Amino acid sequence: MTEAQQAILSPETVLAEMKKNGVTHVVWLPDSETNFLYLLMKAEPSLTLVAVSREGLAFSTAAGLAAGGKHPIILIQNTGMMEAGDSLRGWGLGLNVPVVMMVGYRGWTRHGVNTDTAATYTERFLNAFGINYYLVESDADAPRISAAFEETKKTKRPVAVLVGDEYHGFH
Amino acid sequence: MFDTAEMLKIFQRYRGDAIVIPGRGGRHWNKISTRPSLDLPLGDPAMGGHASFALGLALARPERKVVLFDSEGDLLMGMGVLATIAEQGPRNLYHFMLDNECYATTGGQPVPNAKNVAYDAIARGAGYGRAYAFNNLESFAIQVEGILRDPGPVFVAMKVVPEVINEPIGRRARWQTRTRDQAVKDLQKELGIAA
Repeated sequence: MTEAQQAILSPETVLAEMKKNGVTHVVWLPDSETNFLYLLMKAEPSLTLVAVSREGLAFSTAAGLAAGGKHPIILIQNTGMMEAGDSLRGWGLGLNVPVVMMVGYRGWTRHGVNTDTAATYTERFLNAFGINYYLVESDADAPRISAAFEETKKTKRPVAVLVGDEYHGFH
Repeated sequence: MFDTAEMLKIFQRYRGDAIVIPGRGGRHWNKISTRPSLDLPLGDPAMGGHASFALGLALARPERKVVLFDSEGDLLMGMGVLATIAEQGPRNLYHFMLDNECYATTGGQPVPNAKNVAYDAIARGAGYGRAYAFNNLESFAIQVEGILRDPGPVFVAMKVVPEVINEPIGRRARWQTRTRDQAVKDLQKELGIAA
C-alpha cells in the first residue's frame, strides 16, 4: 500500500472491518458521499442493508436485531446522531445494545479552525452520554474499528467510531 | 372504539408461538399472555421506536412471527419506518396499532389531527401489501385469524378507548414484572440465542 493510500480511509477497508467483525446488518441513513461504500456493501452477500429515514430509528432497529441474535452496525452522520439522542438513550443504552456506530464527523478538521457546529458538539454529545469513541482518519487507523467492536462486546454498550476523513468523503 | 384488553384477549386465541411486543398494551397483555417468555413488554424505552425495533427482531428471526402493538403517537414520531418495513418486506411481521387519538400517558391531549388520520391508507401508500382498519371489536374478532395466517408485513389500525393517566410518572403503579433486559434475555433463552 502506498503512503497516499494509507492517508485516506477507503471504503474497502471499512467493509473488510465489518466482515472481520461478523456484522450481519448495516442500519444506515445514506448521505451523498458514501455511495461507493454503499455499492460495496450492496454487493456483499453476507450483509443486509436496512435503510432508515431518520437516525433515531437506527438505534431501535439495531436493538431489535441484537435482541434477535444478529450483529448490526449503525452508519450515520454526526448531525443525525445528535438528533437521535433520546433513541440512543432509550434503545441503545437502555437495552444494552452492543453496537458500533460509525459516525461521519462532518466539520471535523485537524488543521484549521472548526467552522461547523456539527463538529463542535459531536464529542461533547458523546461525552454527555458516556459513549466511548475512536477517531479514524485513514486506513492506518483501521485497527481502531476492531477495537470498537471488541469494546461493544465487553461492555454491552454502543461505541462510536468517528470517521474524520477530512478530504475523502464518508461525511 | 373498543377496549384494548378485550381485543388482546381475542388476539391471544390466535397468537400461537409468535413473539409479541405489546407496546402500550403491555399492562393488559401481562395478565393475558400464556407465553411470557415469548413476550417483550418493553414499556416505552424511547417514544417512536417500537416499529423499528420490531422490524429488527423480525429480520433477525425470520422463522418466527413477530407481532407488535404499536400506538399512533409512537408511529407519528417516526412514520418513515413504514417505508423501511415495506422495503424490507418481512413476511413474519404483523404490525398492529392502537389508536386512542391522544397521548394517554401525558393526560390525554389529542395527537395531531387525531380523528382524521387514515393510518391504514398511509401504510398501504408506504408499500405494505395488506392494511386494515377496525373500529369495532366484532369485525376484528372475525378477521384476526386470517390476518395472522397470511404473510406480512401487514398493518392493522385499531380505534381503542383511551386509558388516560394523569399521575406524575414517579407516582404511577409499575405494571412491568421484569426489567427490559431480563425480558430480552428470557426471549433469547427461549429461542436458543447465544447472548
